[in-house]
Amino acid sequence: MHLILVAVVVLLCSGLFALLWGGKPSRANFLGVGGALLGCLIGIVPAAMILWTGQTEAIHWAWPVPYGSFFLYLDALSAFFLLPILGLSAVAALYGSRYLFSYRDRKNLGAAWFFFNLLVASMALVVLARNGVLFLLCWEAMSLASFFLVTFENEREGVRQAGWTYLVATHLGTAFLFILFILLSRGTGSMDFDGLTRASLPGTTAASLAFALAVIGFGTKAGFVPFHVWLPEAHPAAPSHVSAVMSGVMIKTGIYGLLRTLTFLGPPEPWWGWLLIGLGLVSGVMGVLFALAQHDLKRLLAYHSVENIGIIGLGLGLGVLGMALDQPVMAVLGLGGGLLHVLNHAMFKGLLFLGAGAVLHASHTREIDRLGGLIKRMPWTAAMFLAGSVAICGLPPLNGFVSEFLIYVAAFKGLWSSSTTLAAVAAIGGLGVIGGLAVACFTKAFGVVFQGEPRSAQAAQAREVDWGLRIPMILLASACLAIAFLAPQMIQLLRPVLEVMTGPSGEGLQNAISVVMYPLRSVVLLSALFLLVLALLAWGRRRLLAGRPVVEGVTWDCGYARPGARMQYSASSFAQPLTRMFNVILRIRRQGQEPHGFFPQRASLRTHGDDVFRDGFYAPIFQGIEWFMLRAHNLQQGRVQIYLLYVAVTVLVLLLWNLR
Amino acid sequence: MALWLDTLVVLIILTNLKLLGSSRLRACIQVVAFQGILLSLVPMLAGAGHLTPRIVALALLTMTVKGVIFPWLLLRVLRTANVHREMEPFVSYTTSILVGVGLLAASVWMGRQLPLPVPSQSPLVVPLALFNTMVGLFVLVSRRKALTQVLGYLVMENGIYAFGLAFALEEPLLVELGTLLDVFMAVFIMGIMIFHINRELDHIDTDRLSVLKD
Repeated sequence: MHLILVAVVVLLCSGLFALLWGGKPSRANFLGVGGALLGCLIGIVPAAMILWTGQTEAIHWAWPVPYGSFFLYLDALSAFFLLPILGLSAVAALYGSRYLFSYRDRKNLGAAWFFFNLLVASMALVVLARNGVLFLLCWEAMSLASFFLVTFENEREGVRQAGWTYLVATHLGTAFLFILFILLSRGTGSMDFDGLTRASLPGTTAASLAFALAVIGFGTKAGFVPFHVWLPEAHPAAPSHVSAVMSGVMIKTGIYGLLRTLTFLGPPEPWWGWLLIGLGLVSGVMGVLFALAQHDLKRLLAYHSVENIGIIGLGLGLGVLGMALDQPVMAVLGLGGGLLHVLNHAMFKGLLFLGAGAVLHASHTREIDRLGGLIKRMPWTAAMFLAGSVAICGLPPLNGFVSEFLIYVAAFKGLWSSSTTLAAVAAIGGLGVIGGLAVACFTKAFGVVFQGEPRSAQAAQAREVDWGLRIPMILLASACLAIAFLAPQMIQLLRPVLEVMTGPSGEGLQNAISVVMYPLRSVVLLSALFLLVLALLAWGRRRLLAGRPVVEGVTWDCGYARPGARMQYSASSFAQPLTRMFNVILRIRRQGQEPHGFFPQRASLRTHGDDVFRDGFYAPIFQGIEWFMLRAHNLQQGRVQIYLLYVAVTVLVLLLWNLR
Repeated sequence: MALWLDTLVVLIILTNLKLLGSSRLRACIQVVAFQGILLSLVPMLAGAGHLTPRIVALALLTMTVKGVIFPWLLLRVLRTANVHREMEPFVSYTTSILVGVGLLAASVWMGRQLPLPVPSQSPLVVPLALFNTMVGLFVLVSRRKALTQVLGYLVMENGIYAFGLAFALEEPLLVELGTLLDVFMAVFIMGIMIFHINRELDHIDTDRLSVLKD
């Protein structure tokens, strides 16, 4: 446990030193990255040991803040979230050391590393804190540090806008958390979490209210639809390694908070599970649909985070429903699938954001329609991005499949009980739709960015990134592969984590786990077989081509004499059949001039896939608030007499009211 | 004694109405000074006959401060700041008097409704206190000049003083002196402030100072 504290101190101190040496970019870079790597590696040790041995450790120090105490507690659930937080942050820091260095003339790298290391330290403390005040403090530190990282390139208007959206959204979410913790601590008067666990809230209504507050407050951070609007703004705006950390692990602290709150609330109500399944379904489908309509590579990935949070929500929803209706197999597998997907998503979404960062680094554009043909120019990046794409689509032989498979099994287990049939059908159907659309979306992303011919000079001049950017991607891709092949062992590793959630029910837990053991082993076997066949095919192709001339030619162009790169499918034309099918939801705006006449001179087409929730729901509300505030501005006349009148009238009215 | 007290109270009420109806700054300062003198006589009459040296000393001190020093200070400001001698109110004099009458009615009603801890010497003292406070507030709100703001403030303070008289005749000397000193300092500082604002900006109209808002 003290190792964790050492890790946090190393992170904070190195960040501070990097800030102090901000004037010398290379030294700041060295201090920041070195501290981040060292801190993360130190911190991983106790987390892994806790997960391995299933023990717990605690630090409890008095703290003079009202209701506060410095109470850290490392149990399996915390350790499980701590692993990806520290692991991905270390890899992202490694990547950032090369990535940020190209900004050294324009930006203060010391500040960037200070906020990065602060973000990592605060995320670690969020999952360790066991006191409401400490938790909210770390939560705020995390939000603010990431805000400053999002606004790293603050000279750009769009980045500033994104930063504000993020700041407003995260603070609104935190407001709900304040109410939640005040509500939870009302019974005992203590903000320590072990007190909250014992506090029996009066009746189920209060518990349900607490759960609803947690869903809104933590759901805003996690990015459930309709609280996701900040996510597609903030993630593309941040530097790529920060996007990886934010999308990969920071939004997972929302999931952690939700799970931790569930442990306080005792036996769940069935409708909590229904709510989570509904949110998960909506987030998953909407996330992937909006992703389909995007033209910006990082924005597309950000919408996929919404989708994957939806999948996690589906898993947790099935788990909670199973707990409420006393179906241990469904509960364990649903929660297990959701939790494993947290880890998996951290790995492959981190990988994809790093890959998108490499593309951005090499071509200086995130516009999918300006890229193309990068597989020839950047083979390593392309291979890694492909691995990430396969994983995120939930296809074997990579890790995304394993966690979605667990959720599928949980849903199929629920199919046979009449009370959960609907939930099971919704989950199975939803996962199917999400998976299919995700495959379409990543076919588009990978196909348009890496295959075909370059659509712009920037893409044509792109060069493969150097090893400093490649190694982190390779590390994450190997992690994806490793998790997939260690799936049965991963489930065993999840056991202590699940015990935190469902209580120590040894027999049922082991039963549920043994249900999936056999299928998982076959999955691993078949995946290995698949890889073997793939390797054989590659080998065979190589043998066949050996010694024969290989000539590159243009794509067959139907006899047309001058094929150009602009005749390829663009990102929006590839997705158009699907986006048109779902246009009821997407409401894509089309602008432009259609060609007419026999020899059309000029034509253009422009499509905008704006966020429906942002424009249709939040924008009117905030405009209403602004309108009201502008009206209220009339109160501010700037005359002493008017202000005195307000005071006098108020006092008089209160007096009359009292004497009535 | 009660008859004298009531007469005094009625006179003070009349000074308030006179204040609302006056158009001249000099007249207003004099009215407020007169009100201060009248008010300083109240404790002598309200003490149910026996005059202790303490009450006499307090009354004399109040009389000096409110009846002599304040008017002298304010008239000096009026002279040196060279202001326009009109009140230039936001609310016309006639309307002001009408509002004053309305406020009087309201304060009599409220004086009856207010739950009082001890019965006061005269049934009119509490309404007087309320009326003074409200007239002070009204002057603050409805008049333009910084000088009249000071006058409104003084009238309000008189109301609070009267309220204290209604119940706590025996309130500690220190508290009384403290309040007096407070008001004295306030008027003193406001006088200097007005003088300086005038010197910088060539006017003391508070509504023209509103460019500083936001």
